[in-house]
Amino acid sequence: MSVATAFEIVLAAVVLGLGTWTIVVRETFSATVGFVAYGLLVALIWVRLDAVDVALTEAAIGGGLGGVLLLGAAARLWDADLMAMEAPGEVARASAAALSVLTAAALAGAVLLLPDPAPTLAPAAVANAWATSLSNPVTNVLMAFRAMDTMLEKVVLLLAIIGVWSLAPDSAWGGRPGPRHQADPRGVLAFLARLLPPVGIVVGIYILWTGADHPGGAFQGGAIVASMWLLAIMAGLADTPPVSRRSVRFILAAGPGLFLVVGLAGLLFGAAFLSYPPAQAKPLILGIEVAMTLTIAATLGLLLAGAPERSAEP
Amino acid sequence: MSGVTVFGLCAAAAVGLGFYGLITNPQPLRKIIAFNLLGSGVFLLFGVVGRRGAVAGTGNDPVPQALVITGVVVAFSATALAIALLLRLFQTTGSTKLSNRTSPGDGSDPAGG
Amino acid sequence: MLPPAPALDATTTPSGFLLVLSIVVPVMGVLLAFVLGNRYVRSVACAVIPLGLAIAVTILVALSQSKSPLVYLLGAWPPPLGVALRADGLSAAMLAATAVVICAVAVYADADFSVTATEIRAPFTFWILLLAVWGALNTILVGGDLFTLYVALELLTFAAVPLVSLDGRPETLRAAIRYLLFALVGSVLYLLGTAILYGLYGTLDIVLLSHWIGAEPTSLVAAALMTTGLLAKTALFPLHLWLPPAHAGAPAAASAILSGLVVKGSFFVIVRLWFQVMPGLPGFGATQLLGALGAAAIVFGSVLALRQERLKLLIAYSTLAQIGYLFLMFPLAFDASGYLESGDALAGGLLQAVSHATAKAAMFMAAGSIYAGLGHDRITGLHGVARVLPLSVLAFAFAGIALMGVQPSGASLAKDLLLQAATKTGQWWWAVVLQTGGMLTTAYVVLVLAHALASSDKSIALTGPAPRLRDMAALVLALCSLLLGFVPWEPLLSVPYDSTSSFFGPGALAKLLLPVLGGVMLAILLSPWPDPLVSSARWKVATRVLDPFRRTCCAFGGLVQRGNGVLCQWPAASISLLMLALLFGALMLVAA
Repeated sequence: MSVATAFEIVLAAVVLGLGTWTIVVRETFSATVGFVAYGLLVALIWVRLDAVDVALTEAAIGGGLGGVLLLGAAARLWDADLMAMEAPGEVARASAAALSVLTAAALAGAVLLLPDPAPTLAPAAVANAWATSLSNPVTNVLMAFRAMDTMLEKVVLLLAIIGVWSLAPDSAWGGRPGPRHQADPRGVLAFLARLLPPVGIVVGIYILWTGADHPGGAFQGGAIVASMWLLAIMAGLADTPPVSRRSVRFILAAGPGLFLVVGLAGLLFGAAFLSYPPAQAKPLILGIEVAMTLTIAATLGLLLAGAPERSAEP
Repeated sequence: MSGVTVFGLCAAAAVGLGFYGLITNPQPLRKIIAFNLLGSGVFLLFGVVGRRGAVAGTGNDPVPQALVITGVVVAFSATALAIALLLRLFQTTGSTKLSNRTSPGDGSDPAGG
Repeated sequence: MLPPAPALDATTTPSGFLLVLSIVVPVMGVLLAFVLGNRYVRSVACAVIPLGLAIAVTILVALSQSKSPLVYLLGAWPPPLGVALRADGLSAAMLAATAVVICAVAVYADADFSVTATEIRAPFTFWILLLAVWGALNTILVGGDLFTLYVALELLTFAAVPLVSLDGRPETLRAAIRYLLFALVGSVLYLLGTAILYGLYGTLDIVLLSHWIGAEPTSLVAAALMTTGLLAKTALFPLHLWLPPAHAGAPAAASAILSGLVVKGSFFVIVRLWFQVMPGLPGFGATQLLGALGAAAIVFGSVLALRQERLKLLIAYSTLAQIGYLFLMFPLAFDASGYLESGDALAGGLLQAVSHATAKAAMFMAAGSIYAGLGHDRITGLHGVARVLPLSVLAFAFAGIALMGVQPSGASLAKDLLLQAATKTGQWWWAVVLQTGGMLTTAYVVLVLAHALASSDKSIALTGPAPRLRDMAALVLALCSLLLGFVPWEPLLSVPYDSTSSFFGPGALAKLLLPVLGGVMLAILLSPWPDPLVSSARWKVATRVLDPFRRTCCAFGGLVQRGNGVLCQWPAASISLLMLALLFGALMLVAA
């Protein structure tokens, strides 16, 4: 057994230990913290699996922004946690445990019985990279070969925003999401919120740009920009925009909108819906990715901010 | 046992843990955390499948990676929607109890809809 | 290395671009309406809906004229690397049905969700989510790749959940959370299955998988997981805990969409999975289990519907029963060679889905009108409503009759097809279930109509306006469901016999008599509320004879209700989810 495999076994064990702790610990806040740590370690597993794009996404969106979301909820629902809720009885727990073990065992068996050599689309993806002249195969799959899934997923994000906004009380419709945050202007939070966003935004734009040929892309870059924006909001340096503002709505719809427009242009003038002429593929895809990054940053930030609570007048 | 198999078994265990948490934790927020755990196990399974399909030039099959990236974003938006619903319920009623006292089947809701 | 892709289904057919338009038009509507906001939301919807209807009809015509399914390769990339859209007869029928229901609901909802100069929350949300549900459903109906279907299912869930909690009451918020969590567990199980299938075969394209899939234990595990996840999203017994409060709590127009269309989405994916991807995999045990769950759903749903106090909850429980009806087609399609044949049973099941979509939407719309007019929807308080809201009651009556299976409705044609399949495969027990299901459906329809048509001593005051247009929309939709038997289904579904000749003969009357009589008896026996028919003095003797039977039946109904209460607790439902997955896996492994 090599050192690498030993490290992987230790990593898997720590991850599973954190996961178990997250499930069984009593306090919800501790469970949330455990989940954030779990998410960051899973990102390490993704690096070991040689999927750096996914590792970036998992760290930024899965563990990072997802963790912030859960932490915020755990803090606001603190009182609800203190109320006793009827936990299921012994029989339910025992059967749940038995069934979960059986399911995990069935899955483990499926993993061990996967065919060798494994069927793969990697050669086809690499061989067809000429169509977009981008060398990151994941970006090729996301933006060219399976572009429909990516476009539909943007619409999913938009629907999530509409769903979250629909939970506003009627009086606050069109207003600003979330409470107005205040932070000590000489404290650490305000200091970081002044220091980090410029650096973070540059990093985010770099990750978007380099996603064409190296690990990275619109999702990861957008998540970083979103977190910088949220940092400024949480320190009170910026406020959430009112949701009735047309510019906000336009930015939220820009990603899927541009994707659709380019796709329809391909339908009318090109080979097919969502196909790119090989000569202009790279600028088109990068243009769509820029719009996507703006949309993703705005969407992730607004999803975290929540439903409108204050009316639009300042 | 190679590293990839270890991570595959880890994925299966994460799925089992997620199911257990989903069934037994009464608070909805804990259910959401368990659902996220479950989701990460499924994504890890995709990653294991992709790693086994690696060829010279790519370390991991790009198609499962793309599917996972899409899945992570969808799971995040699902969590956000669920938490927004939960917070609104807490705001309106002061508790996050999901079950009404009476079973949903005997039509004792006084208000219509 | 991958074997070369088969030549068929690897090129775009001439009218294939229509499939793209069927998805893109509603999605563009969503984006436009979202950006423009205010009063433009309704205008965008009014512009998009006729366009979408035209596209659905054109696809129908194009498919009837071509001999093979319509195909479109997205980005001009053929599978397995790319994603294809495909439409066959099943897709076209459901596309048309979806478009018709959305049109009717849009006309109906115009009064409830009117827009003003300043933006209000409810109309903005409703119109955009209506278009989003449509786009998601169309993607499910024409999607040719399992992961595209996953994204489309998530799109559908995200569009449907906020519709449940649209009015913001705590009960609807709870119902929405339960719906969202259960639907998410279902999606995750489905995704788990696709991960395993990709690991086995290196593709998620439906046609390619149908050629390459084999009965290995690993693929059976994947099939069991995916099926169970989709059953959770379709609310088949015993995974139905989320449906009644969600569908009954939503506003009437939203309930029509939820019951009529949204549950059909995940059902359609199960049909694609079992009939196209893996027809040889499930085996006898698994198909019988699916049918048994359907039969249990029919019994539970109908008995509980008869015990409901409120009209909307009765209709929601009736949806539970009708969903069970849909799953009877699986054991009936299983032929002797161990394959799921795409024959009568498939056509019957899909016809049942189409007729249920139209009839149930019409029922919810009629119930919404009655609620808006009376201010409540208690069934026992419906006496005399026929005189003040005649159109609503007529719409409800037509929808109920269509659901009951009176010729020439689609449901009766579906029942005939399924009964034919039952005699052909020798599974007489499903024929019994079908007839019982028909009687139980008649029971609760007759119950509501009896109360609605009974005269009342006090005069009824209408609390709200009764716009004619709303009731006309419900009425037209109910008539559509009632007249589905006249539609020429030949080019789309395999409807073997010439059905129109037998519509009005004496045989039809005899077929009608048995369910109606049985239904009336069941309504009297199982409903705990006093029946207006039986309360009058002339029936005193009959009442005394029936009373002991009535008490036993009501006790049975109480037992069913208590059992349902246990099943609707979250731990019990999620444990049965896992148990069902393992059971399916075991049955499929045994049959392999």
